[in-house]
Amino acid sequence: MNTSAHCPAEAQIIAREQDSRTIVSLTVRLTDPAYANEFEFQPGQFNMLYLYGVGEIPISISSDPASSDTLTHTIRAVGRVSHGLARLEVGDRIGLRGPFGRGWPLQDARAKSVIVITGGLGCAPVVPVIDYVINRRSEYGRLIIMQGVKHSDDLIWRERYEAWGKHPDTQVLLAADMGGKQWNGVVGPVTELFDQAHLPTENSVAFLCGPEPMIRACVKRLTEEGLAPDRIWISMERNMQCALGQCGHCQYGDKFICKDGPVFSYAGIRHLFGVKGF
Amino acid sequence: MHSPLRNFLPRNNFSELLTALSDGGYRCLAPKVCDGAIVYKELPSQDTLSTGISIHQAPGSYRVEITDSARNFGWSNGPQGLKPLVFKSRETLWSVRRDTNGQMTFTESAAEPDPVAIIGVRSCDLAALALQDKHFLNNHNRDSHYQTRRASLFLVAVNCTHPSDTCFCASTGDGPTAQDGFDLLLDELDDGFVIRAGTEAGEKILETLPVDPVAPEQAEAISRQNQRARECQTRRLPSRNLEQALFENLEHPRWRTVAQRCLSCANCTSVCPTCFCYSEQDTGTLDFTRSEHVREWDSCFTQGHSYIHGLTIRADTKLRYRQWLTHKLGSWHSQYGRSGCVGCGRCISWCPVGIDITEEVTAIVSAET
Repeated sequence: MNTSAHCPAEAQIIAREQDSRTIVSLTVRLTDPAYANEFEFQPGQFNMLYLYGVGEIPISISSDPASSDTLTHTIRAVGRVSHGLARLEVGDRIGLRGPFGRGWPLQDARAKSVIVITGGLGCAPVVPVIDYVINRRSEYGRLIIMQGVKHSDDLIWRERYEAWGKHPDTQVLLAADMGGKQWNGVVGPVTELFDQAHLPTENSVAFLCGPEPMIRACVKRLTEEGLAPDRIWISMERNMQCALGQCGHCQYGDKFICKDGPVFSYAGIRHLFGVKGF
Repeated sequence: MHSPLRNFLPRNNFSELLTALSDGGYRCLAPKVCDGAIVYKELPSQDTLSTGISIHQAPGSYRVEITDSARNFGWSNGPQGLKPLVFKSRETLWSVRRDTNGQMTFTESAAEPDPVAIIGVRSCDLAALALQDKHFLNNHNRDSHYQTRRASLFLVAVNCTHPSDTCFCASTGDGPTAQDGFDLLLDELDDGFVIRAGTEAGEKILETLPVDPVAPEQAEAISRQNQRARECQTRRLPSRNLEQALFENLEHPRWRTVAQRCLSCANCTSVCPTCFCYSEQDTGTLDFTRSEHVREWDSCFTQGHSYIHGLTIRADTKLRYRQWLTHKLGSWHSQYGRSGCVGCGRCISWCPVGIDITEEVTAIVSAET
């Protein structure tokens, strides 16, 4: 077993889903059974995934925390490491360290309505939240899921959205900047969905993840609708290399995103949020 | 654990200190002029310390002069403090082997340093070390590589009598005299040293030395030279807590003008004794059966520092300089309870275009724009 903070442990890919042309979900299991057994995580936390000989990247865990013997990571092929990871097959091995960071405040959200707004692959870190709420449906108020993508072909997990939408008091709203054939969601930015949602601003929390311009627009709308800044939670991203609050890359004003976040209350970061260069 | 000014070590007995350290199992590193600058170099046994070194620093300038002074420590500082001794500029964190079945075996590297005594440490560098301790050895994470090296140090500090024109430790509260963090502390006089212990390890060494009592005029001379070292400093920071003032001035026009001069070369962050950024990278062997995972000093002035999936958060120099300064003098307060600047002035001397941090921050936080 390897418990060092810097040094990964080996994990093996046990399932692989090609979610879209560039997005892949890899489900892995730590090869040391004892370590796999004791591994626990909270929704919103992330792991550092290591591609042999190339390097590490932070990827959020998109599977159910209740079954943490296997861990799913949804990866878009963008850089050197993610391109390599996306090409791996079942049986291949990677390195894994984690989990890191503070996740979504699900305890605080209990008995409240939950508004989930995501853009692009921002949906992945919030999937465990949605599953968590749906599995405890009566303990929460309304569940509103709003997801935006650039092109309708980029939308992954259509079946999941359909299935979620069938639960009581659960609303699923989809938007694409560009809608292709057979697209029956809204065409436009995700903020276009607000009018349909009739958001509950009393006794509710919002969880946001996606590109920052989209988050900014959504925070503006949510604030205008009357949601308090400490009820809006945002998952942030910056360059991360150590995930231990040491290497300095994810420094964000007085925070390190890897250890103080990645999930922040908007009230805690609003002085820097959207300021160019931070 | 401060003992009063009681023990005087005559200059011709100074070698006894080196012998005591060597007998105590320490390798000695002492200041030497190397490639035109002061560096801490291994001092071979029986060798003596350099004398008469004088250092002239100004924005973008560092010059060594050798005088006929008998003093060993009549200079301010070299380009590096203690940082490279505890936080290596490049070190392997772990390595991994992969067999033909694709199975991987990870092995963490461990630093195994010998006990080492550093002779001539400055108060600014002790303050910087205390800050690095807060960063690398906190409750959230303790860096074992740093911790092992840190534990191997024995620090012989010297109160600074010859600050350079670039020094401003008096204004940051970190010098020129050392308050704590040393094992032994010296005050240098022409004919020898007043020596104090700051730790039990220091006390043990001190007990073995042939010391004389301190004469009242020696104590007065020390007090005078320490006061002079404080008063000769002309540069200063406008205040010790600039966090609010800096973050209120993120759009100040000065950021643009300083960026026109700044080369974004990262010299300032390399010589800064508190900058801690590092990058990690893999180096595979040619047959690809083994790979080393290495960390290396990085800088917020590089293009790659803020890269994230196809996007660079700080693409231009203005944003990088602002990041450095607002962190160093601003958000360090929230993160570590004090400013990240100890007033050593290195970033001023070693800046190729002579940008002066005290001048820039004064312009940015002063009321008139």
